[in-house]
Amino acid sequence: MLVTVLFYTFATILVAAGVGVITSRNPVHAALSLVLCFLTSAVLWMLIEAEFLAIVLVLVYVGAVMVLFLFVVMMLDINVEELKRGFTRYAWLGWLVTGIVIAEIVGVIVQRRLGLDVTRGAAPLPPGYSNATELGTALFTRYAYAVELAAMLLLVAIIAAISLTLRRRRGLKLQDISAQVAVRAGDRVRIVKMKSEPRP
Amino acid sequence: MHESAMTLESLRPAIAEISLGLAICVVLMADVFAGASRKYVTPLLTLVALAACAWLTVTVGAVQDRTVLFDGLYVADRLSVFLKLAGFLSVGLALFYSQPYLERRGIQGGEYQVLALTALLGICVLASANSLLTVYLGIELLSLSLYALVAFDRDSGVAAEAAIKYFVLGAIASGTLLYGMSMLYGLTGTLNLDKLATVSAAHGAGFVIAVTFIVVAVAFKFGAVPFHMWVPDVYSGAPVSVALLVSTAPKIASFALVARLLVYGLGADPALWVQILTVLAVLSLLAGNFIAIAQTSIRRMLAYSAIANVGFILLGFITADPSGYRAALAYTLVYVLTTLGSFGVVLLAARSDGEAEELDDFKGLGTRDPLLAVLMMALMFSTAGVPPFAGFWAKLWIIQSLLHTQHVWLAALAVLASVVGAYYYLRVIWFMYFDAGREQTLIVRQPLTRGALTLNVLAVAGLGVMPNVLLALCTSLMG
Repeated sequence: MLVTVLFYTFATILVAAGVGVITSRNPVHAALSLVLCFLTSAVLWMLIEAEFLAIVLVLVYVGAVMVLFLFVVMMLDINVEELKRGFTRYAWLGWLVTGIVIAEIVGVIVQRRLGLDVTRGAAPLPPGYSNATELGTALFTRYAYAVELAAMLLLVAIIAAISLTLRRRRGLKLQDISAQVAVRAGDRVRIVKMKSEPRP
Repeated sequence: MHESAMTLESLRPAIAEISLGLAICVVLMADVFAGASRKYVTPLLTLVALAACAWLTVTVGAVQDRTVLFDGLYVADRLSVFLKLAGFLSVGLALFYSQPYLERRGIQGGEYQVLALTALLGICVLASANSLLTVYLGIELLSLSLYALVAFDRDSGVAAEAAIKYFVLGAIASGTLLYGMSMLYGLTGTLNLDKLATVSAAHGAGFVIAVTFIVVAVAFKFGAVPFHMWVPDVYSGAPVSVALLVSTAPKIASFALVARLLVYGLGADPALWVQILTVLAVLSLLAGNFIAIAQTSIRRMLAYSAIANVGFILLGFITADPSGYRAALAYTLVYVLTTLGSFGVVLLAARSDGEAEELDDFKGLGTRDPLLAVLMMALMFSTAGVPPFAGFWAKLWIIQSLLHTQHVWLAALAVLASVVGAYYYLRVIWFMYFDAGREQTLIVRQPLTRGALTLNVLAVAGLGVMPNVLLALCTSLMG
């Protein structure tokens, strides 16, 4: 009972936040609504006992991706009015796609030929069952090879990104910290011994 | 599927990937700490590492029977070991040929070598893939490294353009592949190719759509018409050394991809993919050969020639017969060996005022640089399918297997396409020997590279004289 109440509460917030994302005129507000969307869907995942995915959603999407998003939105001076011009011209396409998507969702729920009843929900898990443990065990035993390959893939991404973007342009003014630390007074100050001039 | 616990001993067949992974880290670190000598240390260390990995693969990793590792993700058999060795050799040769070019063009930085090694790791992963998951990871490892390599020369606008095109089209292809794979997983409930091979006999419309998506992605990676748009741009836009790399070793990976994914994993009913491959092969043969005639740039010509050759490789798979598969393997190997040579010549045929970009730059090469011209002539003859070079036998085996499986009109088309193709290969020879060039002096002297290139061409000629060696090898690998 409590789960049902919680589900409907958070589902309502999720839908409202989703509407907020696409209706708010201020891009920062839209991004913050998206953060709310992610948080509430994380709670919904928690309700179906997928706690690992819920936490990853908060950490990765809210913690990293959305922060990056907000940074970009704040740094770029996006002219919203400019973007909105011609928006209604393609509205028919939007409605068409919306219609198709809704029809598909209804089709999946109504038709049970696919062999999985989506209206029943996930079966409750036994007490003491840990999502994170199960995932970790699977990843580091059965899928160890795939995990290693994915790690290699990330290494390639790092090498590629750095080699394509890190460049020393000529004439670029940079600090050389080690040179600054190693500097001695003698390098900067030259003491010139001069003969004192005779008093006139 | 429960297997015995993973021990160090049980990892032996995977030594190629393990040692290559270690080598990548070592080269990366050595490049950071080598200081001023990194210009010489990194390329040398890379070649040494490649040789060491190949040696380990032969001595430690050799397997006699099909061995499945990592809970079904990985398979080691004689084909995978051989494809990996071919990958080691072609990447090693490609890096060796490129070294003078990289120094000349000032494209320096150990990342070049490291990215070539990671691409090679992707090829190895594909050669040993036994699950949709590993297939995908292998493709991405290979493609991501190649995207970065194409854009490696950052001061070049055309290279950046080629890289963006390659990246966007490649990302679409990966998306298509994933789409097909997720549908397959939804329909069969398994990612494992062993299991897919047993269930794929019973299928419906969903299965056909899934396989179609997968074949489209395979065609993208192979560069078959109509998914070939990236090929000419990448071949002509990227640095020549990268074009050399892109045009050779990844073809081995594409062969492995088709062999593992379509022939083995979806092999219960080859009719699923044979029809699509037929269309792709016919279009590639026609478009590749006819468009190549109109090219004025040597690299674009080689690109369309690559497209036409991919058509030939696909013809081998269309037969859905071991004789066709072994002909496709032989064709892939001969093609890779020949292309290594011809791009190697392009690398060395530079003029005093720049690289050999246009076909006109080859005019008078016969007097300017007799050795290079002879090598290029042999390579062009081989690609055109003139006996006694290996290219002739490769084409002959494909046509034989087509006739053997009653694909008479495809065989006729293949012959026709070869005749058309002979025109633009022979034109290069005409330019080299019967047209006067602007320049008469020898520009690039690289005794070591020239020696390796000569050996490469001798191998092409030698395989042509003794074709039974290659045929016996391919027969023992493909059954």
